Amino acid sequence: MKEQAHSPWSNRSFPEAAKDLLADSQIRRNVRHATNIIQAKRNRVVGELPDWEQLRVSGAAIRAHALAHLDHYLAQFEDNCTRAGGHVHWARDAAEANRIILELIQRHSAKEVIKIKTMTSEEIGLNRNLEANGIHPHETDLAELIIQLGHDKPSHFVVPALHKNRQQVREIFQREMHLPDLGEQPEDLASAARTYLREKYLRIKVAVSGANFLVAENGAVCIVESEGNGRMCLTLPDVLISLVGIEKVVPRYRDLEVFLQTLPRSATGERMNPYNSIWTGVHAGDGPKEFHVVLLDNGRSPILADGEARQTLQCIRCGACLNACPVYHQTGGHAYESVYPGPIGAILTPQLHQMKDARSLPYASSLCGACYEVCPVKINIPEVLIHLRGKVVQQDQKTLAGKLGLWNIGMQAAAFLFEDSTRLSLAQHLGQIGQKVVVSKNGFIEHLPLMLSGWTQTRDLRPLPAQSFRDWWAQREKAKPGAASSSSPQPSNATEKPHAE
Amino acid sequence: MPNSSDARDAIFSSIRTALQVPANADTAAVAAEYAALPRLYKREGTMNSEALLDLFTHRLVEYDAGVCRISAENISREIARILGERGRKRIAIPDGLPPEWLPAGFDFQNASRFNEHQLDQLEGVLTGCTVACAETGSIVLQNAAAQGPRSLTLVPDFHLCVVFAAQVVETVPECFARLDATAALPTTFFSGPSATADIEMTRIKGVHGPRFLDVLLVL
Amino acid sequence: MRVSLFITCYNDTLFPETGKAVVRLLERLGHTVEFRKEQTCCGQMHWNTGYLKEAIPIIRHFVNVYRDAETIVAPSSSCVSMMRDHYMKAAELAQDAKLAADVESLLPRVYEFTEFLVKKLGVEDVGATFPHKVTYHTSCHSQRSLHLGDIPIRLLKQVRSLELLPLENPQECCGFGGTFSIKNPDVSSAMLADKVRTVLNTGAEVCTAVDNSCLMHIYGSLHRQRTFVRTAHIAEILASTAGAQEDGK
Repeated sequence: MKEQAHSPWSNRSFPEAAKDLLADSQIRRNVRHATNIIQAKRNRVVGELPDWEQLRVSGAAIRAHALAHLDHYLAQFEDNCTRAGGHVHWARDAAEANRIILELIQRHSAKEVIKIKTMTSEEIGLNRNLEANGIHPHETDLAELIIQLGHDKPSHFVVPALHKNRQQVREIFQREMHLPDLGEQPEDLASAARTYLREKYLRIKVAVSGANFLVAENGAVCIVESEGNGRMCLTLPDVLISLVGIEKVVPRYRDLEVFLQTLPRSATGERMNPYNSIWTGVHAGDGPKEFHVVLLDNGRSPILADGEARQTLQCIRCGACLNACPVYHQTGGHAYESVYPGPIGAILTPQLHQMKDARSLPYASSLCGACYEVCPVKINIPEVLIHLRGKVVQQDQKTLAGKLGLWNIGMQAAAFLFEDSTRLSLAQHLGQIGQKVVVSKNGFIEHLPLMLSGWTQTRDLRPLPAQSFRDWWAQREKAKPGAASSSSPQPSNATEKPHAE
Repeated sequence: MPNSSDARDAIFSSIRTALQVPANADTAAVAAEYAALPRLYKREGTMNSEALLDLFTHRLVEYDAGVCRISAENISREIARILGERGRKRIAIPDGLPPEWLPAGFDFQNASRFNEHQLDQLEGVLTGCTVACAETGSIVLQNAAAQGPRSLTLVPDFHLCVVFAAQVVETVPECFARLDATAALPTTFFSGPSATADIEMTRIKGVHGPRFLDVLLVL
Repeated sequence: MRVSLFITCYNDTLFPETGKAVVRLLERLGHTVEFRKEQTCCGQMHWNTGYLKEAIPIIRHFVNVYRDAETIVAPSSSCVSMMRDHYMKAAELAQDAKLAADVESLLPRVYEFTEFLVKKLGVEDVGATFPHKVTYHTSCHSQRSLHLGDIPIRLLKQVRSLELLPLENPQECCGFGGTFSIKNPDVSSAMLADKVRTVLNTGAEVCTAVDNSCLMHIYGSLHRQRTFVRTAHIAEILASTAGAQEDGK
């Protein structure tokens, strides 16, 4: 087998990659438009459910419980899926998963496969591997088709092409489907995709999917989707291969009653997505004759050891945190240089890489908390971000360069000041004097040096006032008993020269 | 075929090391822990049957599906009317569909064993359902009598579905309660016709599944 | 009531006027304010940047300073959220049961300034006059951690002569995020640009909030753009009185 495991993602840090995307006003407009719409729809349908909080609590509890007993539930799923006629395979990493899937496809001498959108296949670079081995994968989700035909990368895991507008989609379809007269109405574009793919559904005999949920109790697999491309792939081919992360298992069938309420409302702002498919193994006269589940670890199991960060694996991939995130709003998904973008990607990706890669991602958040607020399984993303920042700092402090880095020195110095108020007070006095070198004529700081320079690219900084609060208080205490404060009632920056009284 | 038993052992061992649990889980303890999980969300509906059917109808209309409330004795006549209005003659039907539903003058073909190419030649499909959920406007089909295999309701471009009032429940949990006994059957929830919002978040009807859905709600 | 003011390190250093306003207002309402000069910082900057170990002595210091305080009030929702959301975790990380017990006893006595006025004192009309057009930015911690809801708005609505103008997307982060604005200056600037645009669109003269951290950030851009829109911590507005307004002129 030819291996081609290189990732389409570069190793640029988030701030570097973000800089390029911020300069692309078209992407920013498209992302903003799409996330605004999804968010508004999501807020409306979530607001309809008086028991939303209880659903979140239950969803979080079920997922946490499943993870705490993951070995037990996976074994149960394997037994029940096998009993129902399915085949269960285990893959430790991306290479192993690619090998298993390739051999299954080759066993049926297939040269083409149809695919339902799956982030897990992105994660293992399945398409590149199949192509390197002479097998052509056809993405069937409209957005994934746009990405595939446009030789692009997904930027969101629910709506992967949300960074493209209709004109851009039309150009791609005109070129790749040889339809020079194609219109640009979304209906025209969807109709072109329908015609393009229908022939493939009826012809190609092997399909590859992911899955939203695995049910331990009866070996069922559940996939939610909108277009019907999923149903086509799940029912028409002779062979179905589902690649699923090991964390996707839930204990019982009826647990789906929680997630099939929270997932569609969070993901696309619908009360229910147009289609949910649930099946167990193979069923005579209905659907594929052969069904394989490839269970993928690829860095997941070690995350379970971290009691604080384990909740990351509760994720049901609704994408609500992306839509709610003010950082994602600005950059879109590509800035994260990762299959999993947005707030959840910022905590999942570095952990999948054992904190060896993507180390800037835990810092790609202002910790505003909007992600946690919308998460249907209550993953406290800001808390995990801080926890992972702690790991990054610890790693850095083990190296000489990290120890002597400006950040570490600055933080150690600040910690030293904050342990004792007399040190803090002294630093304030030194700052009041020392800042003169950076204060501009207008009384503000317009240029800061070194790592602080980014701040003053777009912002002025008020200099330290002549007297700190603690000095004012000390002075006031000394003057007692006497008149009360004579401070100005005006807002502190009422004049260009603050605190000049 | 790669032997994945090494991989299986390695993954289980890695999970157990991470969780610090022994190889043989105390299944009774796990079951007890599961039973104690909080479930304070709404599990039972509170609406009367009229409000329930109104809500269901409203949701279907929102999805752009056609809905007609009819009485049981008119099923066949209404089917004829809708197929006539839609101009569709060659209609797929599953095993177990009550023959008295079928009006004369149409070409009904038992398509339970049709392949996708044969299905692609038909102009529509007529089925019943297992259960329907008012809150979400969803109809659930299983591979059972009067519903057939999954491809039957997927390939034809038009779906006419007969739903009895007694099959409509209010909430998603009630829906799962009804499905629990037949959970192993291939199951499809559908909520309106096939749709996508992948281009500029504009909802477009009908990408790959049936583009037209009519529901006969039998009171 | 005897109120122990936790001014917070950046208000102490950069925004003494906010502290003075808190003192003035609480004394006007008949309470005694004390200032423990040993106080420094809540530890948030270190904790949020990942310097967890370094934050622990700072947290311990805070707990020691306020151990016997009756009521602690801080004019900063982000510092109070640091305490409520992370102090217990810090005690766990330090494996310090004594610290955990101290934190547990201390937290119920800590209030954010507007929360203290409305929830503890039950006051909404603090007798303020502020004849300006004002818009209110909802800081992230005030809404998502402390769940202040409309408390600050209720206080502002009682201020005489104040015209409150609604801000579009008031709940969206201004992009400050402490060291986020230094580590990701470009994204932070883009977020700030959106926020400042909504502030300017209101036509307000003053943008207020319960956190000077956001306001410092917002004002940084307002000043760079040479607008005449000011920022003022809500305490400064609530402390303003008709007489003082005239004095100020």
